Amino acid sequence: MWLSEAVSSGPQFFYLVPLVVLFPVIGLLVNTAFGGRMSEKAIGWLASAAAGLSFVVAVLLGISLLSYPEGAVVPIVDWITIGELNINWGFQVDTLSVTMMLVVAGVGTLIHIYSIGYMHDDVRFQGDPGRYQRFFVFMNLFIAMMMILVSADNYLMLFVGWEGVGLCSYLLIGFWYDKGENGIGNAVAGKKAFIANRIGDFGFILAAFIMFWVFGTFEFNAVFELAPEVASLFPAAIVAITLLMLVGVTGKSAQIPLFVWLPDAMAGPTPVSALIHAATMVTAGVYLITRSAALYNLVPQVQNIVALVGAATALFAATIAVGQFDIKKVLAYSTISQLGFMVAAVGMGAYVAGMFHLVTHAFFKALLFLSAGSVILGLEHAHHHMEHNSQLKLPMDENDLHFDPQDMRNMGGLRNRMKISFWVYLIGAIALTGIPPLAGFWSKDEILTDAANFNPLAYWMMLAAAFLTAFYMGRQILMVWFGKPRSLPAEHANESPPIITVPLIILAALAATGGALNLPMWHTFTHWLEDSLGHLHAAEFSLQIAGLSSFLVLAAIFLAWLLYGRKYQAMQELPPDKRPDDPLRPILGPVFNALNHKWWVDELYWTIIINPYVSLAHFLADVVDWRFWHDWFHDTVIVGGYNKLTQVLSIQIDLGVIDAVANKLGDSVKRAAAKWRVIETGYVRNYALSFFIGVVLILGYLILR
Amino acid sequence: MNYYIDPLTLVTFFPVIGIVVLLFLRADQKVHARWVALITSLITFGISLAILAQFNPANPDLQMVVNIPWIQVAGWNISYFMGVDGLSILLILLTTLLTSLSILSTWTAVQDRVKEFMIFFLFLEMGMLGVFLAQDLFLFYVFWEFTLVPMYMLIGIWGGKRRIYAAIKFFLYTMAGSILMLLAILWLGIYQDTFNVPELAAMGGIPPNLQFWLFLAFGAAFAIKVPMWPLHSWLPDAHVEAPTAGSVILAGVLLKMGTYGFLRFNLQLFPIASVKLAPWVAALAVIGILYGAAVSYAQKDVKKLVAYSSVSHLGFVMLGLFALNSQGVQGGILQMINHGISTGALFLIVGMLYERRHTRDMDAFGGLWKVMPIYGALTLIVVLSSMGLPGLNGFVGEFAILLGSWGAGLPGGVLGSPWFTALAALGIILAAVYLLYMFQKLFLGPVTKEENRVLSDINWREILTLAPLIILIFWIGLYPNPFLNLMSASVDQLLNAMQTAAVAGIP
Repeated sequence: MWLSEAVSSGPQFFYLVPLVVLFPVIGLLVNTAFGGRMSEKAIGWLASAAAGLSFVVAVLLGISLLSYPEGAVVPIVDWITIGELNINWGFQVDTLSVTMMLVVAGVGTLIHIYSIGYMHDDVRFQGDPGRYQRFFVFMNLFIAMMMILVSADNYLMLFVGWEGVGLCSYLLIGFWYDKGENGIGNAVAGKKAFIANRIGDFGFILAAFIMFWVFGTFEFNAVFELAPEVASLFPAAIVAITLLMLVGVTGKSAQIPLFVWLPDAMAGPTPVSALIHAATMVTAGVYLITRSAALYNLVPQVQNIVALVGAATALFAATIAVGQFDIKKVLAYSTISQLGFMVAAVGMGAYVAGMFHLVTHAFFKALLFLSAGSVILGLEHAHHHMEHNSQLKLPMDENDLHFDPQDMRNMGGLRNRMKISFWVYLIGAIALTGIPPLAGFWSKDEILTDAANFNPLAYWMMLAAAFLTAFYMGRQILMVWFGKPRSLPAEHANESPPIITVPLIILAALAATGGALNLPMWHTFTHWLEDSLGHLHAAEFSLQIAGLSSFLVLAAIFLAWLLYGRKYQAMQELPPDKRPDDPLRPILGPVFNALNHKWWVDELYWTIIINPYVSLAHFLADVVDWRFWHDWFHDTVIVGGYNKLTQVLSIQIDLGVIDAVANKLGDSVKRAAAKWRVIETGYVRNYALSFFIGVVLILGYLILR
Repeated sequence: MNYYIDPLTLVTFFPVIGIVVLLFLRADQKVHARWVALITSLITFGISLAILAQFNPANPDLQMVVNIPWIQVAGWNISYFMGVDGLSILLILLTTLLTSLSILSTWTAVQDRVKEFMIFFLFLEMGMLGVFLAQDLFLFYVFWEFTLVPMYMLIGIWGGKRRIYAAIKFFLYTMAGSILMLLAILWLGIYQDTFNVPELAAMGGIPPNLQFWLFLAFGAAFAIKVPMWPLHSWLPDAHVEAPTAGSVILAGVLLKMGTYGFLRFNLQLFPIASVKLAPWVAALAVIGILYGAAVSYAQKDVKKLVAYSSVSHLGFVMLGLFALNSQGVQGGILQMINHGISTGALFLIVGMLYERRHTRDMDAFGGLWKVMPIYGALTLIVVLSSMGLPGLNGFVGEFAILLGSWGAGLPGGVLGSPWFTALAALGIILAAVYLLYMFQKLFLGPVTKEENRVLSDINWREILTLAPLIILIFWIGLYPNPFLNLMSASVDQLLNAMQTAAVAGIP
């Protein structure tokens, strides 16, 4: 009955929107306060319920929007009021924000449920079951922050969510903060993510300053209404705002040049990678540009830059993905690349295509990460089992003791051991590579069609990226699932329990059918978003482009099969010391090395930014501030100078002059005294005489005056 | 007979009652001494809340004024003149709150000469309240110098290894600046014939070139106190050597006496000089922001790291004040409070660790979150507040400051260039760098030292010490308007007056 009411009485339902934030907040507060006394199941299901209730609210909002597509702004309370500055906590309900809410809460809920199973094992493998509670508190906090981000009605509240999700990302990347390289690797990865994002936020906040002093407000509707007028008065302001926002986008959505944090973010537990670092948070930049369409539309030159940044990222990251061995790193670079597609799309003004790809990508990339998690769990299980079960007496060599359950070189042949995971992974991979009719085909095709029309350079870069996408996914599928197992744990891996596989199956269904959202003949999603973004052009389906991209994808898969289906398997027969770890290595030589080392971008940043800053900081602290300013100037010059001065005063002036004068005075007194001493004879008669003379003199004076 | 005591006199001198009681205690009655001091400071805090209740935020002028002639010889016109307005009301509350929390934090940390410690502490509170309430320049100066003595004792007697050096440096450094201010005060008192601050402000008429010198003379005292780069050299010494409670008050309140001094005296009394010198002050502030942040990052001693972070944070405050628009100034005042809360909390946190391990070397720690989960979570909140995470208090202040200074950098603004803001905003990135570094060194990674494995998590008293600050961190972050409302009328009036004076004064 709620549904029918939602249809009939839309506007009232819009006032439910604060609940999308409130439910996860309640969830995290309850779990924080009482989680210590609750069972794991209770904690996990409570958190999932909180996310699920958010989803229900989002659905109700969506249904209301069907009959009241204009949506509503729901102000709650004033936030910061200073002079003409007036910012509210307020929510925006429109088709764009509700689309994001549905994705965040929908995928989020599935991943919460998946985590109930996944984290149960993870906290035990990592040896600290106490952290189970903390995980779900952080996850609910993330949902709350993401909801603030997508439901804000002004840029500053959006920024609260924007940095808030960054915090959750930091906390969850470093969730196993005592693990990783040298025990500190995960914590460092979290810090790197936070700081890279802060660099982006620096751009965002400067954009906000300009916006305020030009527009006088941060509210979306007011800003967009004023935008054309402002653009004619201060065109440079709009250019600056949009460019600086792009800096923020490159941070949050991992674009060139700030993308380096995302691969390291894979240090977080796999559900985190799926939810935050693939499906939702990293797409916030795409959402921001789409939301700001009214601004970007006014500055084609900036749009062009956005499109090229996106397309370049798509291609660049796709090349790196080819050279990775870590199952999650491949997916991470794939995510960067796909985000590049989305950013390129919204940069070209193809907002629908960008958002469409955002939605479908959320489905299939979450699916891929979660199934990868299932694989990792399967291998970890098998590995632990062997380690702790001496009766098996399996031959364990050095390699098996330092077993990396994420290294694809340790996998192979898993399709027979983990059937469900295999099939859903395959669906996700096909959706990603863009083979019709799965979701990724429709959305990627729409982006390519738009690019072909508006930005040929971006089009060719993305076409190349699409080719590489199919290639690295083909490589991954063949390395993980086909061939023979290349390690003992891979031989003994088992399928994960239903709490893990059921969410996978649901996501697989979405990844398979998600394309139906915006089929070229109906443009459902286009019309849905038009209510938020104004009139949008709908990309015409082009058989030529679809045909070309599909041909390239199939060619790439064939190439992958040649290399990894046939050659790689044949290579396994070679003795280990002569066997290259990847069939591409002998072919590409140093180029493969470059791909494997991510084109040394991290090293570059260390050399030109981080190391110089660390040196500068130490130079300022040790040399300038301490040795020069504190010790030399204050202690030597001022204090020492003062001591010198007092010395001069006490020895030269005091002893040399004042004392000397005083001494001279004393000496002369002494000398005089020595002369006068002769009168001091000690005889009473002499004293009597002088007494008498004195009396005579005084009397004489008194008489004679 | 009228026995009514006005609230401002009451709040300022109430600590003296506690001191009198303390005098009657024996030296070995440590517990009694603590309770007497705590209760005294809590009542003082209560009185300040009563003042807040009586305070009318819509009234921009001084309120609850008391003005009694004091020294009226040889044509000198000095009075006991106290008053509170939007510029100072929050600082009063901050002072009384932090004093109570600091006393609570000494419960087990101070075992030596407890009675004397508490006496000096309450004297310190009295002095600080007087500084923020005095509206007569001479009276202000008396309180200003008075605060030096108890702080000197707190550092010199209960401090660390190099306490004597630090105490003397603190005393002399601050004194040096104050001398110049004293000369300027005497000049004003003699030539303007009054020490009454509102009267002096209303009178105006100080020629611009004279304003310039007076601004510098007052500024010298305040800039050392803030401390503004490059006059910060006393700060790391004083902070590192001071006992925890002393550091909390030093960072939380004493530094604010400098920024408050600029706001109350330099801006009000020398508006033309303030406008003209604003870009120079802003330049020093921005250098301080970046320099303090970089130097913080390179520290090994966690207390020193926090000390240098104050140089950076107070740079933001100065930048906001000298943006000379409502966003900047209100942001600056709010950030004074925010810094008191978050840096005060950071010093409390460092103190708790020091009490357990007797070292502040960050290399001695690591992985503490696992050993002390509650402590870790609370520290994280404070760290995030300090780095200006939106939704927490630091963000509101920093955002308003930078927004204001950006506006002041536009054509027609006093700063003349948005570069000040752009560079200052880099400080937000650098703050994340040094604060996350600190958090990582202390709390993340594996537990590498055996002695850290057995550390006890913080106890209820320690949680109670931090709790009010944590609540304020969220409150100001999520709903700062009640705090901003308190100051907006006074700030607007100040800025209008400056505008008028500056327009009238520039030929």
